[in-house]
Amino acid sequence: MTVLYLILFLIGTGLVACLAERVNVNAPRWISLLAFIVATIWTGAIWVAGMDPATGLYATGELAWIPALGINVILKVDGLSLMLVGLTTLLGIIAVVSSWSEISENRGFFQFNILWVMAGVVGVFCAYDLFLFFFFWEVMLIPMYFLIAIWGHEDRSYAAMKFFLFTQVSGLLMLVAIIALVWINYANTGVITFSYDELLNVELSGAVASLLMLGFFIAFITKLPSVPVHTWLPDAHTQAPTAGSVILAGILLKTGGYGLIRFTVPLFEEASRDFAFVAMLLGVISILYGGYMAYSQSDFKRLVAYSSIAHMGFILVGVYAFNELGMQGAIVTMVAHGFSTAALFMMAGSLQERLHTREMTQMGGLWVKAPRMGAMTMFFVIASVGMPGLGNFIGEFLVLIGTFKVNVPLTVLATIGIVVAAVYGLSLMQRSFQGSPNPNVESIQDFGFREISVYAIMIVALVWIGVYPQHVLDLAQPTLDALGIAL
Amino acid sequence: MTLTDLWVSFPLLVLVGGTLILMIGVSIVRTHKLALGLTLLTLLLAIAAHDIALDKMPSSGFELFGLLYVSSVQVFFNVLFLLGAIVTALFAYPYFNSRVDRCEEFYILLLTATVGAIVVAGATHFASFILGLEILSISLYAMIAYPRQSHQPLEAAAKYLVLSAVASSAILMGMALIYAASGSLAFAELAISSDSGERSYYLLGQALICVGIAFKLSLVPFHMWTPDVYQGAPAVVTGYVATVSKGAVIALLIRYVQATEVLNYEGVFYAVAFVAVASMIVGNLLALLQTNLKRLLAYSSIAHLGYLLIAVLVVSTARPTLVMETVLLYIVAYFVITLAAFGIVNLTSEHESEDNEQIEAYAGLFWRNPLLASILTAVALALAGIPLTVGFIAKFYVFAAGVEGEAWALVWALLIGSAIGVFYYLRLIYTMVKEAPLGAKALPQVGNQSLVAVTVLGLLIVVLGVYPTPMIDMIRAIVQTSGF
Repeated sequence: MTVLYLILFLIGTGLVACLAERVNVNAPRWISLLAFIVATIWTGAIWVAGMDPATGLYATGELAWIPALGINVILKVDGLSLMLVGLTTLLGIIAVVSSWSEISENRGFFQFNILWVMAGVVGVFCAYDLFLFFFFWEVMLIPMYFLIAIWGHEDRSYAAMKFFLFTQVSGLLMLVAIIALVWINYANTGVITFSYDELLNVELSGAVASLLMLGFFIAFITKLPSVPVHTWLPDAHTQAPTAGSVILAGILLKTGGYGLIRFTVPLFEEASRDFAFVAMLLGVISILYGGYMAYSQSDFKRLVAYSSIAHMGFILVGVYAFNELGMQGAIVTMVAHGFSTAALFMMAGSLQERLHTREMTQMGGLWVKAPRMGAMTMFFVIASVGMPGLGNFIGEFLVLIGTFKVNVPLTVLATIGIVVAAVYGLSLMQRSFQGSPNPNVESIQDFGFREISVYAIMIVALVWIGVYPQHVLDLAQPTLDALGIAL
Repeated sequence: MTLTDLWVSFPLLVLVGGTLILMIGVSIVRTHKLALGLTLLTLLLAIAAHDIALDKMPSSGFELFGLLYVSSVQVFFNVLFLLGAIVTALFAYPYFNSRVDRCEEFYILLLTATVGAIVVAGATHFASFILGLEILSISLYAMIAYPRQSHQPLEAAAKYLVLSAVASSAILMGMALIYAASGSLAFAELAISSDSGERSYYLLGQALICVGIAFKLSLVPFHMWTPDVYQGAPAVVTGYVATVSKGAVIALLIRYVQATEVLNYEGVFYAVAFVAVASMIVGNLLALLQTNLKRLLAYSSIAHLGYLLIAVLVVSTARPTLVMETVLLYIVAYFVITLAAFGIVNLTSEHESEDNEQIEAYAGLFWRNPLLASILTAVALALAGIPLTVGFIAKFYVFAAGVEGEAWALVWALLIGSAIGVFYYLRLIYTMVKEAPLGAKALPQVGNQSLVAVTVLGLLIVVLGVYPTPMIDMIRAIVQTSGF
């Protein structure tokens, strides 16, 4: 039951935060912050409490929902889910703090949307019923749409629409695939059920399995995103308010990777294996294309957005390497990228708040005026470039080792992507914080305690994963063992 | 005439009796409130009478005088129509009170239209079919033109009158041809043997009937009247035309195809499938171009009836129970969403001389009137079929029916249609969240029964979307007792 309470807690607090604005305009953000802190402590507590050795689960929640159609609320938290739920709640804190002073209008509704997105995401990470999964998948869209459409930047209408349209249409493909899968199972066994565990055993003929697999695959790589369905991401990230970018890059993209690992691969193992080369190729193209595009941006946020496409390419490659190293690497990348990119988007937000621009041509030499901001940017650029000792390195390195066993040429190409990352990462640093000071910038306010403390959380997390990745690997291992696929 | 006949026709008798009392009452004392009260009382009594009728008849259904079929599915439809009429009456009171000097006759028309809808929905014979259809349509002409001092409603009514009469004559001609081929007017005896020499008459007749029905359901390419009538009619009446009158024809259509098995003719099947696909695609594409909310809803309803037609088309390939459940569920969802939508148009125009129907008039509604904006958002999301709303459950059922019936082309059309649909529904939502233009009027503080009705409908959209179990269980039980 406990997971269900967590989701309901976030939904309920969202309503409270929305109404609290009438009492005090500052109340919503405090309520929201408190909710995410409680949720984080809750996640930590069940991690410490350890998993139930019999089931391999940390928490569960079941409730009859629409029994007439074999639809039930089935929530399960295993290692992988727990890790991602933890990431979600922690980034919730960061998202609230990063937009602490950015939002001046309709603060209640803003926090409402943040809390509801997060509730949807937690649901996505825990759902073991395909209908429920799809339900949460779509539910997280609407508040995200509002976040971009209401509090976004100049081109928000277009960006929000594009984001929604891409995800919704690819989601419909997945819905058809889900229904077809369920009805094939119904034809075989005479039972209509949407339960994940039941549907793992459906007998499918090769062609049908490939088609259904594609339905899921397209939905997930649109969210991830991978070339060629990535075009919504640069717009959505650039136009979203800081908290929106943090959530999008930190968490929403991970639902795509999670979906591949949890659903596409185990449900259609054979079809996925046959498809692995294409998927890895798409991943490698994303890595190179994302890196190339990132380098050619002059907008700070857009650069980070394109770099996300490159990093997500590693996840795609790792998952479809079909071995333990690749899969583990993909999972570590998901978590590490969540922190490093969230931090960079937050930085973009802070710069925009101070300079009212995201153009790097309007920056330059900022380190002198704001040394703390400079140091923080430096750290996260280096992390995202893949410096050993930090989380991203572990993830991408594991992916590369895993891929090397399967396909050497693709591995070589992916490795070139890391070099490209260094190029655009350092150029970002150079154009914004180093070089000769831009004469148009008078003076800017450096980070205070609030900002430093959230960056500290993310630094600790990245160093932790980078120096001692065993915690993450151990959490994910039982999940990989239980997926029921031979790695 | 047996006692059971009497009990089963009791609801209709109540309605007709109420209409007569209202008619006499209005000619003695003209009080708007009294007319509304009598109407609501009649409608509520008719709902109660259905409960009694259900008790007194065999559970598998009952055929009344060889003209009307009454089963629990039928009762379900009828109660839905009566509820729709109640909501319409509640909306109509403040709407007409402020702009028409004599409002009482509207309620008489509302009651007769509902009688027509019930007769159409239960028809098992061409006589009751055309009789019901005409009672319904003629009442609607007058309802559309009711604000007779205004120009637009009159124009809309004239359009509807002419085109609807053409459709009725197509249906009559079709009936004549079918009668010539089969020698019968009862649905159950229409089928002719496959080697019959009159096969071409028969098919031509079926085609003409399909055209007439497609016209009444405003399916492409017989949809031309819809946007103009939707726009010209007062919002209350548009809501009624969109829900009750179309719901009645859908109820008839599903019984007609089940009884006559007309879709087993390949030509008819593909023609209907074409109409369905065209409605989904064209309806959604044309909706993209609209700047008027009523016209947008008109095109959106064209698309939605296309979606619903998928369930009708898989009638022989999917399980009959699933088909029936899908139709009933979709109709419920469509009623709730559409009535809420027109309820909002109605509410926001209460103190205006013209309907407040330009989409731009809703700019910044979120910050001006959060309650109405939230409801209209729920409506838009439901029409787009996004989870958390009853629209998703309905669309989910249509997908399931399409998949079970293996009608893949239709499923693709549904997918493409929904994708286009998301675009304009979102634009409506975006209009509401963007900043209000300078000088935008604060919407009038509305605090009356129509606001309550709209709020209830808005809540239903969400509640039935999140927890549809009671509705699904009820519909399943109804479908099963009807012997599907």
